[in-house]
Amino acid sequence: MKRALPLLVLALAILWLANTLRDHRADKQLDLEGFGRLPILANGRIKPLDTVARSSLLQLQGRQRVQSGSGATLAPTAWLATVFFDPARADRMRTFEVVHPEVLTLFNLRPEDGDSGKRFSFVQLSGGFPELMRQSQLAQQTDTAARSAFQRAVIQLHLNLNLYHELKHTLAPPDSADFLGELLNFQQNLPAGVAAVRARQQNEPYDEAAFNAMLALGTRFDTLSTASTLRPIPPPSGSANDSSHADWRTTGAALLGTFETGLVDHNVLAYAGLAQAWRGQKHAQFNEIVRLYRDQLQTQFAPELRKTDTEARFNAAAPFYRSMLLYVLAFVLAIFSWLKWPDVLGRTAFWLILCAFIATSAGIATRMWLEGRPPVTNLYSSALFVGWGAVLLCLVLEALYKNAIGSVAAGLIGFSTLLIAHHLSLGGDTLEMMRAVLDSNFWLATHVIIITIGYSATFLAGFLALIYILRGCFTRSLDRPTAAALSRMVYGIVCFATLFSLVGTVLGGIWADQSWGRFWGWDPKENGALIIVIWNAIILHARWGGLVRQRGLMCLAVFGNIVTAWSWFGTNMLGVGLHSYGFMDAAFWWLSAFVISQLAAIALALLRPISPQKTAHQ
Amino acid sequence: MRENWDEFIKFFTSLKLTVVLLALSIVLIFWATLAQVELGIWGVQEQFFKTFFVLKKIPGTEIPVPVFPGGYFIGGLLLLNLIFSHLYRFRFTWGKSGIQLTHSGLILLLLGELFTGLWQQDYQLRLDEGVEKNYSESFRDQELAIIDTTHPDYDDVVILPDRLLAKRGGKSGRAEVQHPKLPFRLVVRDYYPNAIPQTRDQVPPNAPSVPPTTMGFGRDFTVIPLPLSYRQDQSNLSAAVVELIGPDGSLGTWLLSAHPFVRPQPFEYAGRSFELSLRFARNYKPFSLKLLELRHDVYPGTEIPKNFSSRVRLSEAGAQADREVLIYMNNPLRYGGLTFYQYQMDSASGYSVLQVVKNPSWMLPYVSCILMMAGLLIQFGISLFGFTKKRSLTAATATATAAVATSASAQPPPAKTAKPRRTR
Repeated sequence: MKRALPLLVLALAILWLANTLRDHRADKQLDLEGFGRLPILANGRIKPLDTVARSSLLQLQGRQRVQSGSGATLAPTAWLATVFFDPARADRMRTFEVVHPEVLTLFNLRPEDGDSGKRFSFVQLSGGFPELMRQSQLAQQTDTAARSAFQRAVIQLHLNLNLYHELKHTLAPPDSADFLGELLNFQQNLPAGVAAVRARQQNEPYDEAAFNAMLALGTRFDTLSTASTLRPIPPPSGSANDSSHADWRTTGAALLGTFETGLVDHNVLAYAGLAQAWRGQKHAQFNEIVRLYRDQLQTQFAPELRKTDTEARFNAAAPFYRSMLLYVLAFVLAIFSWLKWPDVLGRTAFWLILCAFIATSAGIATRMWLEGRPPVTNLYSSALFVGWGAVLLCLVLEALYKNAIGSVAAGLIGFSTLLIAHHLSLGGDTLEMMRAVLDSNFWLATHVIIITIGYSATFLAGFLALIYILRGCFTRSLDRPTAAALSRMVYGIVCFATLFSLVGTVLGGIWADQSWGRFWGWDPKENGALIIVIWNAIILHARWGGLVRQRGLMCLAVFGNIVTAWSWFGTNMLGVGLHSYGFMDAAFWWLSAFVISQLAAIALALLRPISPQKTAHQ
Repeated sequence: MRENWDEFIKFFTSLKLTVVLLALSIVLIFWATLAQVELGIWGVQEQFFKTFFVLKKIPGTEIPVPVFPGGYFIGGLLLLNLIFSHLYRFRFTWGKSGIQLTHSGLILLLLGELFTGLWQQDYQLRLDEGVEKNYSESFRDQELAIIDTTHPDYDDVVILPDRLLAKRGGKSGRAEVQHPKLPFRLVVRDYYPNAIPQTRDQVPPNAPSVPPTTMGFGRDFTVIPLPLSYRQDQSNLSAAVVELIGPDGSLGTWLLSAHPFVRPQPFEYAGRSFELSLRFARNYKPFSLKLLELRHDVYPGTEIPKNFSSRVRLSEAGAQADREVLIYMNNPLRYGGLTFYQYQMDSASGYSVLQVVKNPSWMLPYVSCILMMAGLLIQFGISLFGFTKKRSLTAATATATAAVATSASAQPPPAKTAKPRRTR
């Protein structure tokens, strides 16, 4: 039994991961998955409605689940459909996270009024809109870097309300009880209306009622087209398929086009039909319209649909979330392997790490295919990739040394980087379009990848050193061979880190020379990268010069964690420089806590003598 | 003497010196990064890196005191350290060839940065759509131009750089200039390194006063002096009050400002026509660029810039060059020893700004990058090879031999025997 454990756990993990790829419906009667796979142009790229639902919810309330009034849980797509088709009901759902107490005061709300003390509905907030706008305008006059927590919270809530407003105006005017009827009516009266408008232009007698009706509708559609930047309506068939997708339209713009074509766009009608079916709870009709609409898109937009299908499936499979759980499990098992059953538990942990690594690799590869880009394009993907690189190195170490140290480090780094990535994803869709200055796949694939692997390796060396210090200080499990092995690992990884961070930094200089006209400009991000290189060089030279031994090497490597964390996140918090692409401040406290913890570990190693045992403690 | 020399060599070749200098450089860079929030990138470069010492004023006084070694100091010593180590300490072996290649790349990189600091010149070239231009302008330096426009075919220009304007001295406390080409003498009455023009009737009551002038633009306008700005996105616009004095006495006083909306101020004297202007220092080229088309695309439905590009016509009469070039992000034009980068753009107003860089040593980082990359790869390959070979030999016995370490550049010195413990 004991010996079969690794294989058994491996089989279970594979089954569990494979299960995520299976089709399963959240709602037996409604085809919400089919609805979620429909394409829309948002933030510059075609994505499935499912992604719009998930990233909007993450931005609005920090999680993807929605609690409906009756206590039931709604899938993100069900929530989005409600916002699109039954906004009055969506307004009563508590999907706005407001944490700052002074912001709540603006609305005369107390934490107890909200779901979990922090989520409020649009209706609850609606009383305080004028005051919120005023506060937001005041806050926007302050420099970004100088804004207080209150000002940032006010601006964020304002942005969130704007997003919600856009969502509500994406497929139909929110005040329309029967949009389908309205459109059919419009189609019927269109010839008479157009005739009236023409007649008036020619100064001939015209039907005033028809003219006014057209005018009112024109204004109404125009308002709709400016109220949302989301473009759900594909270009009419027959038009050249523009690769930049600039010809996808908002519902309002498509309706304004009716005055030229004489026919209401059938895509708009399809969505209006969905709205009617949704409100009337006619499930069969809803599913049928989704199916027909999709079949019709399939002829013209097959490549786009292949991407949206994959993306929706990727969202549902949540490979990064599942890997996180596997990393935790592997970490715990690997720790226990130092106390009992080193061989069996160690191997189990290794297999779990491998599973999680394959799942994250698949996730990263999917993102690359969706985006058509190298893996690291923003702060979020850098977090994924730093973890990926470090875990890969850990797997190599573990395969060589088989002492569970690689697995412990992999579990810890894999879990923490995915956690960081999760928090970075709260800002909205993580597959962003590249700004012009970064739009160079060659440099993204060389400089960015190499420097990110340099981060991975420096972190790994630091975490290995932490394992040395903690095991040496608090347990008697650190015997001499293990200490020597750890020392060799740290040294090897530092060499590797020096190689990658140096080459990556110099390549960055060359990119800067190509795009900004200077090789080196002492920009904060450049300085951060340079400090990592120099720090790794210090570790190597100090060791070569005999200035440090085993313990000193470990302390230096732990400080490498601080240096890397500074370069990765700290430099972005300064809010200056050409590279500051991810300003975030809640992370400041986490960064400080991390730095303090690392300093504490160094102090511990220096104050408490670590003397590896001659033989392993059993 | 010989002993002193040995001591000297020992000091400059020691690894301890390397480690100390590297540590100092980290402190310097970190400090400079934080200081950027206050000083801006230019200020930091001047005060931390392009200097031998970081100077701070004693609080309450104007006396600067060196508080930390600057970029030239640390970089220079590192360079000496590297060169001396290679001359005196390192013996060439194939096992260490990678490290030596890396170090030579590093030497080249440090030299390259030094040369760049000494020789690089940055200009900007603002092109309006359809307009041809054969000069670029400095980002920060300004100059006073006295242009003799009498001849219909050419202009005769006398240039005073702004550091001359700022100089104190002469009878008025400011510079006086007499030039053989000019029939008058120029006296700087006042100089403001950063000031904004304002109509006389709209000056706030508490603003510092600027003496009124008698001629041109200054009759209706004055300037309000501002503190110097170090922000990267702002430039300091200087202003000056000058008096021209001919053999028969004063011609009058003029208010000059480098603000783009202030045009050159014409006047006549001794039958000749002149123009006075304070402008960003110009650098004329033997060729010209004409902006044909500019593009600023965004991703549909967003404000995210997708592309900035300028299509220009490059022409040089002597060199038979007359062609169209597309300059966009990450794709500069290199011509005549200069590099033209897409820098800023305003598609609404129809102008595009190119950054023009002259850096004779621009190739050095590329070469050093190749050297370092090759060196590190060689060294890493040698180590890895040695490591796997050793492992396969001694796989069974877990000896504490540092497999990676033994094949790396320098071995740790043999363990010292029984170090005496400090008494507690």
